[in-house]
Order: sequence, then structure tokens, then C-alpha cells
Amino acid sequence: MKTQDAPAQTLAQKLIARAAGREHVAVGEIVNCQVDLAMFHDSSGPRRLKPMLEELGAQVWDKSRIVLVMDHYVPEQDDDSRRIVRIARDWAREQQLPHVYDGQGICHVVLPQKGHLRPGLFCVGGDSHSPTGGAFGAYMFGIGSTEMLGVVVTGQIWVRVPQTLRMRWDGRLVEGVSAKDMMLHMIGRFGMNGGQYQAVEFCGEAVRALSMQERMTLSNMSAEMGAQAGLIAPDEVTREALALAGVHEVDIEGWETDEQAHAIVHGFDAGALSPQVAAPHSPANTRAVDQFGDTAVQVAYIGACTGAKLDDLRAAAQVFERAGAQRLPDGVRLMVAPASQQDQAQAESEGIMERLRGLGAQVLPTACGACSGYGGSIPDGANVIATTARNFKGRMGSATAQVYLASPYTVAASALRGRITDPREVLA
Amino acid sequence: MSAHTVWKLGADIDTDQLAPGAYMKLGLSDIARHCLEGVRPDFAARVRPGDVIAAGPNFGIGSSREQAAGALVELGVRAVIAPSYSGLYFRNAFNLGLLLLTCPQAQLLEEGESIALDLPGRAVVRADGQRLACEPIPEFLLEMVQAGGLLAQLKQRMQAKREAL
Repeated sequence: MKTQDAPAQTLAQKLIARAAGREHVAVGEIVNCQVDLAMFHDSSGPRRLKPMLEELGAQVWDKSRIVLVMDHYVPEQDDDSRRIVRIARDWAREQQLPHVYDGQGICHVVLPQKGHLRPGLFCVGGDSHSPTGGAFGAYMFGIGSTEMLGVVVTGQIWVRVPQTLRMRWDGRLVEGVSAKDMMLHMIGRFGMNGGQYQAVEFCGEAVRALSMQERMTLSNMSAEMGAQAGLIAPDEVTREALALAGVHEVDIEGWETDEQAHAIVHGFDAGALSPQVAAPHSPANTRAVDQFGDTAVQVAYIGACTGAKLDDLRAAAQVFERAGAQRLPDGVRLMVAPASQQDQAQAESEGIMERLRGLGAQVLPTACGACSGYGGSIPDGANVIATTARNFKGRMGSATAQVYLASPYTVAASALRGRITDPREVLA
Repeated sequence: MSAHTVWKLGADIDTDQLAPGAYMKLGLSDIARHCLEGVRPDFAARVRPGDVIAAGPNFGIGSSREQAAGALVELGVRAVIAPSYSGLYFRNAFNLGLLLLTCPQAQLLEEGESIALDLPGRAVVRADGQRLACEPIPEFLLEMVQAGGLLAQLKQRMQAKREAL
């Protein structure tokens, strides 16, 4: 795709150039892009967009390019959530939207599972974790509802071409260490705004060795690093994952950063990484798991787009399996909210859900739930260890809860011992 | 130039502090009543139209919920002055008509002091005349914020298009 005299470009530049109808774009310039796909959910979507569309007297630019996912207020728990979800359902019907997923799971996980993502696309999402789509080699970022209105009416959006920060992970992760640990480590090192709204690109041997869902965890938490997008160059892993979602004839050729392209590179040794935990109340408040001494936990939460996909459920189950655990210690509550119906069904068929229920886990709906503080019940004053992405004070609904973020391995091991625990002790 | 009273906040003010999740089901005026209640319980009740916020780095980190910017507009906040913002919050703020000034020296500003904004001169001006420089804002974003945000701007444009037909 590169002509001989074209300047070397990063993956981010190539994706933006394509959407802007240009051969190449320069870092820092502001360009208008054609949007291939706009995704939004019940909270950010119809309840905000419908009144604005009516106020404008405008129509949706292209219904085939819109995906609506009900995941924030389902299942409805009170009159307000019933009202919000009803608006979404009524609007979907009125507009005859072709792509609506109601109660199927969390938007960032459902979107690729239903075959809407592929390399080369330029996408926006009405949710801050929209960079998740970057794991598939698509440029995807989160926007607010008013900006989504602009997209829904015009099919276009502006971007300032970002600088690329390449996070190169050499070597291989050891057993019990996962993409979540890589992310917590990077956020701890660079801070919550360390990405400065640039494009982060994850590369190197350790990234290529990750499964598609683990890659999604990297891209997902690019949001916590303050990046606009979190990209991974597509490869055979991408192609295989897409084939499973029914997306065939995927073109991965050329969707990579040119060797000569200008990027800021940070190197990491995957083999030296230990499990990481972010202490209250910031994902940047990260230290290695062995720095947490004897911190007791009363609640273990496996949920969210970040941490309850099939591979996350498998990781947690592996810890319990290896320990031969029959039940959890008294005073420890395990809550599991699988990220999608498809992931839960597969986990059922692998015996994972049965094992979790056998331990006394409370299985919650496949929705955003307690992660966003929109539902669920995190008790006041409890120490919570969660696979989620954010531990801002009060975020999970209780201002006095102390929320620690960790990988599904670490959350499972901590549930098992009733204190923050290095999963490698259990897996060994 | 009119005078604006400063509300001083710290670093890393996140969207859950600006628009707490528990109130996200409600309308903007109700969310606004809880704006910043975790860090400044008196803010929503006492802030006056025209006041400004001076904050530390990374203002608006977190969620894409634009109510985190909308709540400040609802309360009449004239501008936020901070050394850096979440990029997503930055977009949302201008889309909703909230002016954000990127000012490396924002932390010099003190609670309760009176300042003026010199937009063409890109500076925050203190009572003693000290000028704190702000980074340039792309012209189309300034136009958007002056029009009252993206919705107001789209409305003007569609109106103009209809009249042209």
C-alpha cells in the first residue's frame, strides 16, 4: 500500500489517512475523517441522542454503520433504568436499526464478537473504553454524546493526528502474569494521563504471543493511560479471531508501523514482570503484588469489559482448579459478571461457571453492573479486589469501599486466601 | 474584561467526581447538584455563574460521560484553567460550550481570587496584572465554544442550509 516516495508512517497515521481520504497525514495536523462505524450504549446513546436529533430535525446518516448495545442499565433495577432502556429499545425500533444487542453483554466485547470490527476501520464509541477496538487493528476512540450526535448526523469527525507511543514488550510473560498486569505496570509508570491523548501501540514478542482477548485488555485500558487509541498491528491471531466471529477475507497487509516512522519507543521485559496491583483510588497507584503485605479482602469482583471475558474467566478458574479449592474462606464474597453471553455460554460448556458457583460465587448479569457504579452491591467499608479498569473513590457505588485492581489470576488467588495474594504461589 | 472568582481544586479531578455514577440516571440539573461533592461538598450550592475553576494536572480523567463537562456548564462555570486535561474531556467540554484553558501555571491561582480572561491574548490576568500564559486553542474550537457548543453550531448550520434552499 506504500508507494516509494511516501513518508514512513505509524499504524495510527495510516488508519487516519485512510479515513481522511489521504495518502498520508502528519503528526499534529487536524483532519476530518469519515466514520466507518459508530457504537453507543443505552446510557450514552438514544436517551441523549434522540432529543438532540429531534431538536435539529436531523436524520441518522447511515443506519448500517451504527451499533447499539444495551449494557449499562440492563437488567433494569428501578424506574429510572426502565425508562432509560425503554427509550433505547423504542428508538431502535423506530429507526429500524439493523445492529442492536440487548442484554447480550458489554459493548466492547459484544462488538467484535458480532463481527463488527476488522483491521483498517475508523470507529468511534460512546464510551471511554472504546480504544478496545484497537486490538483488531482498527482506529477506535471514545467520544461524548454531543460529539456522537455530530457523527450520527454528518458521518464525520475531526482528529488531531496523534504522536505514536510504541510499548515494546520483549520476552514472554510467565504463568500467572497477564495483559492486565502489563497494563497496570504501564499506567503506574506513565500515570493516568501519561498517554497525553496520543496513540499507544503495543508491540513486541510478548504482545504477539497474547490471545485476542488478552490484547483487548491492553487496548481497553489505554483509556486509563489517557491515550486516544490503543493499537495492535493485526496478524494471524487477529485473522483467526475474526474468522470465529464470521469475518472472513480480512486484509492485514500493510496495517503496521513502518520501520522508519517516527515514534516514541518504550521497552519492557515481559519475563521480569510480576503480578501488579493498583491500590485505592487510582489505576496509576500500582505496585508489585508482593508490596501489599497482609492486605485482607472481603470482596473479589470478576467483571467488566476489562476483566471478565472468556480468557479472564479461564484464568480465574485455573487458579481455583490448581488449588483444588472447594470453598472460599468465611467472610469472602466472590462476584462474577461475565462480559458477554457468548463468553458465559462458552465458560459454562468448559465447566468454568459450575466451578465458580460451586465455590459460592454469585453470578451476576452480563452487563457493566458494579464496575460503573450503575448497579450491583459493593458493601460500604469493604476491601474489594477487582478485575475492572478503574478504582476512583466511589466509582463502584460505595464511597468508603477500598478498591484494588488486579488481574483475574490475582483476584482469584486473593479470594482463595482472603488477602491480596500472588497467584504464582497458588499456581506453582 | 469581566472578573471571575477562582475555585481552587487539586490534581486528577476525575469524571466520577464531576458526575458521580450513582446520579447518572438523572437529568443534568440533578447531576449538577452533586458535582464535585466528594472533594468540595459546598461547590454546587455556592458556585456562581461566571466563576472559574483552577485545577491541577489531568483534569477530567476517566469516563466519556459528557455530563462531567455539562454539569459545570449547568452551574454557570465560565472556564476551567489547568495545566492539562484528559483528551476525551477536552473534546467533550468544547462540544458542550465549556471553555478549557491549558495554563502551565494554573497552580499559582488562589482560592477566591478575582481574575480576568484575555482570550485574544491567550492569558489569565490576575488582579495585580500578572499574566499567566495559556496554550493556543484551534480556531474552530473557539468558534464552537462561542456558539454555545456543537449542538448550537449544528443548529445554526442546518438553519443556514435550509434558508439557502
